[in-house]
Amino acid sequence: MDFKSSDTIPGPRTEDQLPHTAQAAVKIVIVGGFGVGKTTMVGSVSEIKPLTTEETMTQAGIGIDDDYGSESKTATTVAMDFGRISITDKLVLYLFGTPGQERFWFLWNGLFEGALGAVVLVDTRRLEVSFDVMGRLEERGVPFVVAVNSFPDAPRYPVEELRAALDLTPEIPIIECDVRRRASSKDVLLTLMRFLHSLALSGALT
Amino acid sequence: MTPPRRQRRGPTPPTPPPSPPELRPFPHADAADGRSSRGAPDGPQAHGTPDGQPPPRNPERLYAVTGTADGGRAELDLVTLIVACRTPPPGASPEHTAVLGLCTAPLSLAELSAYLTLPFSAMTVLITEMITAELVQARAPVTRRTAPDRSLLEAVMHGLQKL
Repeated sequence: MDFKSSDTIPGPRTEDQLPHTAQAAVKIVIVGGFGVGKTTMVGSVSEIKPLTTEETMTQAGIGIDDDYGSESKTATTVAMDFGRISITDKLVLYLFGTPGQERFWFLWNGLFEGALGAVVLVDTRRLEVSFDVMGRLEERGVPFVVAVNSFPDAPRYPVEELRAALDLTPEIPIIECDVRRRASSKDVLLTLMRFLHSLALSGALT
Repeated sequence: MTPPRRQRRGPTPPTPPPSPPELRPFPHADAADGRSSRGAPDGPQAHGTPDGQPPPRNPERLYAVTGTADGGRAELDLVTLIVACRTPPPGASPEHTAVLGLCTAPLSLAELSAYLTLPFSAMTVLITEMITAELVQARAPVTRRTAPDRSLLEAVMHGLQKL
């Protein structure tokens, strides 16, 4: 593999370094289709410039155009953007924006299993893109909230109509947002945290 | 205009425990490597396509780490915080030197992977090695599985409110 010499390796700026007291991190996953605003949301609330972690995988089974059964495998890279918010001097929150296709999720150990919860970011112009993601999260028992990123030309549905269409139970929050705005992204995250807190109170959090 | 509709799904039964620990580059597609435990047994991967083709295989990581050679299991998450225990020993590899330089303050595995432009799994291999050699220390994340208590959730809420 290519490895840069140590003199050229970029690191966090001094002001971006975590304090030595940082004991533990938690993570929240933002999941949604291509172009729905995951990276924008990460960037609008992160205290560091969003970073990208990559995973290299072999080509087998990636898509339907795959040359299945071929002996030659080529490496493909899947990327995931993430950001960070320092909560206290001991606790750090990381936000990961991940593609909606479940077959990529296993590439990062415990991406969802270890997360506190997830935000499913949806675009009402392509609502059906998020259906499978929600189903996968339900199967895995990952608590999630639904955030509708308001694009100017997107159809607007009343929340209850969306809830019925998405077949979501009454307790799952649905929130409209504009992820370009920090305050709005922050609201989405707070909505998720309040939801997780209510689950913890009712003993439903596993 | 009516939105398209979907149907809710329920949780699937717990997955079986992962296969025994081993360190193994370039895993073979058909080997039992713990990925067999993913998802529902009746998931789309379990069946062939309608035209009789074999089921598409999942993509594979280039490197797989499920533990160390001596059977010890390093549970490394994207947000495990890594801290250097010492300065680079004489003769340390460039990779080890780079990690030790970056981890003078705690840094998550994801950030290390980003700064060093190494795939996450390769980063995990490297850090597992360095933990074994007692060059770095890992600080485990708090996960949903380890039952986050209410005070932790409240701390996160409080932190977010201050943004």
